[in-house]
Amino acid sequence: MEEKLIFEISSDSKKGYTLPALDVQAKDINELIPEEFQRKSDAELPQVSEPEAVRHFVNLSRKNHHIDKGFYPLGSCTMKYNPKVNEETAKLDGFRNVHPFEDERFVQGALKLMKELEEYLCEILGTDVVSLQPAAGSQGELSGILIAKRYFEKLGEERTAVIIPDSAHGTNPASVSIGGFKAFQIKSNEQGKLDIEEIKKYVDKNTAVLMVTNPNTLGLFEEQIFEISEIVHSRGALMYMDGANLNALMGITRPGDMGFDIMHVNLHKTFSAPHGGGGPGSGPIGVVERLEPFLPVPRIIKDGSSFKWNYSYKNSIGKIHSFFGNFSIFVKAYTYIRILGAKGLKEVSENAIINANYLLKKLEKHFSIPYKDYCMHEFVASGENLKEYGIRTLDVAKRLLDFGFHSPTIYFPLIVKEALMIEPTETESRSSLDSFAEAMIKIKEEAEKNPEVLHSSPQTTPIGRLDEAKAGRELDVKYDK
Amino acid sequence: MAYIPNTSDDRRKMLQKIGVERFEELIDNIPEKLRLKEELKIPDGLSEFEVLKLLKEISGENSTAEDYISFLGGGAYDHFIPSAVSHITSRPEFYTAYTPYQAEVSQGTLQTIYEYQSMICELTGMDVSNASMYDGASAAAEAALMTCSMKGKKKIIVPRSVNPLYLSVIKTYCYGQKIEIEELSIENGIVEPEALQKKISSEYAGVIIQHPNFFGCLEDVFSIEEIVHSSGGLLTVIVDPISLGILTPPGEYNADIVCGEGQSLGNDLNFGGPYVGILAAKKSLIRKIPGRLIGKTVDINGRVGYVMTLQKREQHIRRDKAVSNICTNQALNALSACVYLTLLGKDGIKEVANQCIQKSHYLAEKINSLDGYKLKFNNPFFKEFAVETDNEPGDILEALYKKGIFGGIDLDRFGIKNSLLIAVTEKRTREEMELFVNSLSSIS
Repeated sequence: MEEKLIFEISSDSKKGYTLPALDVQAKDINELIPEEFQRKSDAELPQVSEPEAVRHFVNLSRKNHHIDKGFYPLGSCTMKYNPKVNEETAKLDGFRNVHPFEDERFVQGALKLMKELEEYLCEILGTDVVSLQPAAGSQGELSGILIAKRYFEKLGEERTAVIIPDSAHGTNPASVSIGGFKAFQIKSNEQGKLDIEEIKKYVDKNTAVLMVTNPNTLGLFEEQIFEISEIVHSRGALMYMDGANLNALMGITRPGDMGFDIMHVNLHKTFSAPHGGGGPGSGPIGVVERLEPFLPVPRIIKDGSSFKWNYSYKNSIGKIHSFFGNFSIFVKAYTYIRILGAKGLKEVSENAIINANYLLKKLEKHFSIPYKDYCMHEFVASGENLKEYGIRTLDVAKRLLDFGFHSPTIYFPLIVKEALMIEPTETESRSSLDSFAEAMIKIKEEAEKNPEVLHSSPQTTPIGRLDEAKAGRELDVKYDK
Repeated sequence: MAYIPNTSDDRRKMLQKIGVERFEELIDNIPEKLRLKEELKIPDGLSEFEVLKLLKEISGENSTAEDYISFLGGGAYDHFIPSAVSHITSRPEFYTAYTPYQAEVSQGTLQTIYEYQSMICELTGMDVSNASMYDGASAAAEAALMTCSMKGKKKIIVPRSVNPLYLSVIKTYCYGQKIEIEELSIENGIVEPEALQKKISSEYAGVIIQHPNFFGCLEDVFSIEEIVHSSGGLLTVIVDPISLGILTPPGEYNADIVCGEGQSLGNDLNFGGPYVGILAAKKSLIRKIPGRLIGKTVDINGRVGYVMTLQKREQHIRRDKAVSNICTNQALNALSACVYLTLLGKDGIKEVANQCIQKSHYLAEKINSLDGYKLKFNNPFFKEFAVETDNEPGDILEALYKKGIFGGIDLDRFGIKNSLLIAVTEKRTREEMELFVNSLSSIS
């Protein structure tokens, strides 16, 4: 059912709040704020009572798919279950009511938690130091790219290019451009992996960084990564790893050992912080020792038994966040790591890999699989084989919604036509994977026998297929009375 | 393990189906030399009970704005948050959803963001608001990039009355593209229009000001607007959204971009994050606006619905030509802002703003009348003000801690000697402020 906009259920003089009466002698506002600075008419915010507001938002919430309700196999997004205890710890008064300008002595618990989280991440990633400051993956990327910029500036080298494979996430080339480099795209090889010959050909004294996702966006481990790192390093360039796919690696292998100099991780993916419908996330970066001087400030240092902020790093890229990053996400990730421990983290990655391979096996006879190999935590299928029935991947995605599943990531990576990028994560049971596979197979049969069902899907969702072209053409991005 | 549903029997059957005997066969292509030989050096796992106890202990080592009477501000404020806000944002339908890639099963998130965008436009007087940025500082930094991209120039003026933390983030974002930030010195806590007039030229893409500024003072936004626009630049105004319950919306004085920190709209202090960056602009800048943007449309049956729109600006489509690299933003914090603004509504935002003004002026006047303290600037201010002290601010804060008071920010950390920055929200009572004043007067 259509839920009216909150503005449309508003009526004069209703309100959903109470405040204590003003307990100081009220002065004429014009004495305090000159009239020319005051708005002439009130901001037309909604006027509703608390029960009406709550009902409105609860009704809206029910139109969302979410991980607590069902399978969410968005590739590269790592939609795993978000343990409830994380939400409890993050809401402890001693965390949520702390002001960022409090003196260090009053925030020792927060600093200790952050320092320990940095150390755990260093251990998991195999890097020397970590900064928690970036607020999301792409801000981590930008921070890392700026660190490379500052590093080469200090060396007095003018390197202008960052090399990125054609399977990369869109944020990679975007971060590179914002960071003032030119993104240079290289082709993946026939196995969907980094082409060592291309790398030898293009990495030169103009190359600042090779930016890689491992496992890559096809869910494949770059087995020549160590050799590639050696080539890149021998030409004076740095190795950056996009850690979006870290869920496949914990306790099995470490980016630092593969030769990566800089990387970010997404605490809202691998480390179970929820996605919030599009954030908040958290994108800590780890670097090797020689890049430490360039990390964002402030850094936490241990001084005897207490912790302190340190701003005095003259070569730092500066601040990337107003304060220290998305602190409550740190609490969630810390909670998760402490509950799992070393063994649990490894189990996570093993189960993520088993789940992905199991689903791959179940689907491989029914959908084309462009790169045939065991996968890591995710794999990419293609809807190419359905084209002959007039069916596109988009139709498959929409039909899945009718079965109560979220769709996989679609049309990405760009190197696979009609891509369906599927990441089940370790928190799905075998039976949930079986149900999803059955739905996919059923949809394939429908494509062959009754494609109309797919074209007119979804049918059972709160709303039908939406006209995106109209939204772009007749822009309506805010309510007008 | 509690978060992994499959048993070892399940795993055995799954491996069988896959056609391997052991898990290790699946990771055969990870070279032996890259394999971890030992277990990670991370403490053994704890039970949920133990971890709750541990985290309570750690959080207990912090003192909070509840334990102390807090007059801290500087970009994060202790405003009252109605209970319904966290009840809505704690619904798993909202907090365990992903970015709304499949609109048909994401209407909850999409419509609330559309409502958030509408409320931000209403408060700021702008035509279009995005779905959120990371925080106030990165919103200001993105405004700087937007300004330069619009004008095809690489110089920006930022006065020293802008929050120095924001200035630092603006510089970081601008460093890569070699955008020059020209800092403008201030007079009596605000931008002097003549000084700006002298500095500005057609070389500059625009100017970023803060109003109320870092010191709480109101800027002469009307004169500044004329100067900036007559030089052909764009004007960005960093706002405190609460202030817009009373203050003129920047759209009315012709600002091109408005950004700000939305923490004060229903988001916890959280030691600095997650907060929510506000970014709104004139319609003419819509194709340069960073991040997600939600638009209204219809479905195949003509029913109203909402989708992400103008995605051609974004990284997943335009890659290296995208206007910004932002992907995940702060959707749940924008939802807090949306619910907060709904509950407060038209009257509430005015009432909160008025209480902040009344109470901060009450306190400022009292402190100003004490020996050894005086207001640093004699300009109109909103809810925050700077005080010049005879004694060392550090010593004053120490004495106040003993009385259970966080007495403000020592501006020494920003190179300003003998000054405290004091913020007053609607939560501070007269009794608390009197304790503050009495404590100050007893420090000699």
